[in-house]
Amino acid sequence: MTGPEFLQQLINGLTLGSLYALIAIGYTMVYGILRLINFAHGDVLMAGCYIAWYGVVMFHLPWWAALAGAMALAALLGVLIDQGAYRPLRQAPRISALITAIGISFLLENLGLVVFGGRPKAFVRPEVFNHIYQWGELRVLSLSVWVPVITAVILAGLVFVIYRTRTGMAMRAVSRDMSTVQLMGIDTNRVVALTFALGSALAAAGGVFWAMKYPQINPLMGVLPGLKAFVAAVLGGIGNVVGAMLGGMILGLAEILLVALLPEMAGYRDALAFVLLIAILLLRPTGIIGEELPE
Amino acid sequence: MLKVRGLSVSYGGIQALRGVDLEVAAGEIVTLIGANGAGKSTLLAAVSGLVRPRAGQVWFQSREVTGRRAFLQARAGLILVPEGRKVFANLSVRENLILGGYHRAHNPQFQRDLAGVLELFPRLAERLGQAAGTLSGGERQMLALGRALMGRPRLLMMDEPSLGLSPLLVREVFGMIRRIHQQGVTVLLIEQNAAQALRAADRGYVLQNGRVVLSGPGGDLLQDPRVRKSYLGMD
Repeated sequence: MTGPEFLQQLINGLTLGSLYALIAIGYTMVYGILRLINFAHGDVLMAGCYIAWYGVVMFHLPWWAALAGAMALAALLGVLIDQGAYRPLRQAPRISALITAIGISFLLENLGLVVFGGRPKAFVRPEVFNHIYQWGELRVLSLSVWVPVITAVILAGLVFVIYRTRTGMAMRAVSRDMSTVQLMGIDTNRVVALTFALGSALAAAGGVFWAMKYPQINPLMGVLPGLKAFVAAVLGGIGNVVGAMLGGMILGLAEILLVALLPEMAGYRDALAFVLLIAILLLRPTGIIGEELPE
Repeated sequence: MLKVRGLSVSYGGIQALRGVDLEVAAGEIVTLIGANGAGKSTLLAAVSGLVRPRAGQVWFQSREVTGRRAFLQARAGLILVPEGRKVFANLSVRENLILGGYHRAHNPQFQRDLAGVLELFPRLAERLGQAAGTLSGGERQMLALGRALMGRPRLLMMDEPSLGLSPLLVREVFGMIRRIHQQGVTVLLIEQNAAQALRAADRGYVLQNGRVVLSGPGGDLLQDPRVRKSYLGMD
């Protein structure tokens, strides 16, 4: 492989990694606070994509407005799922909430099939993301350049919120000790709602960029990105936001480089994530920079 | 200030509190003593809104607040320092203190309160940027108290503040409690260290198997033969 080709694959890997990172944040934040794997997360992503699709196709919104709308409505959906399905089970055994999450996932997927139809819809890539940048021998799709940049901005904003604001302080405190946080006069229910809102909005952003990259959407499209982003979250250390970003990047790069360096293994691309999952669970169950969280 | 009537709490099938009556007047220090499992912590948890009582009422400043959620109790000035300090180990000392005053962070008083707490606990001022998890037991207790003070308590409830501390630090903690009390905060205190608690308190209640079996001024309880035998280890 020549230098420019390798660089090109690297950029592709970063792009894919950015998408995994955006989606993985939601898993890791919800797990950090509720010790719940929100299996419906990937389906919220799907809903976000359809919202953006309707925004563009039916309301002729510019891509950024459709993206903003998708993020906002996905945030609302995430909060509704939490308040409606998970909140009544806060005191219940954890397995009940987990099974409920799987149920909500099936519900959203099948609701998607009924409402949106099973046939994939073409997702039009906006003009800014649809031309080729060329530097010497290096040719890259503009989408592949912009996605990591936009992701970096979003994630920097998220890190700022979590580590530099009072709200973020409350989120970090809730992740360690939900009942003591209440003694500070903090409504933990609002903190949880905010967590779902942020995670779901980021998943919608990841989903919309995913749809621009692989330009069609269907009601089951959230399943595989969701599972892989979950692997990314575990890889980085579930419960740790920076870990989720790192895990996403590693998974994205690993997938792209596997296909680039070992083309005959390309068919195993999707399996790679799960091999990594098994490996990390065997070797370092807390993930790369994760730590053991209290129950 | 605080009035508890017929308070009962059950966990699953186990009844932890059976109709407890208790009163704390403004400006008092009141202590609850009793063996492990007598229901002391449960009483504070029920008053602070962390657990829902099965029966009975809680009145705070002449308003019924039975079963109100914990964050609302805290905002009203009914603040609990939980057993085992429960400082947020992954947050800095400063962040712990700010969280303590979370709901009133926009209050112009906030910075002055923070300065006041740091004046009361100079050791915390030296460690503001440090993660709370790196503090010693005594420092954690100071942080837990300082964090509670940031919420502007009217009634400060403390669950075993001297637990696990050396005798020297225990004395220091009692000194802190007295100073906080002098600043006009009413105190309801649970202690294993019954002798010291009764000496510091205006009044005391003795809890046994979820019931109040004895109550009265701290000095009287110290002289009571049953208290001396069961809780002070004297005959």
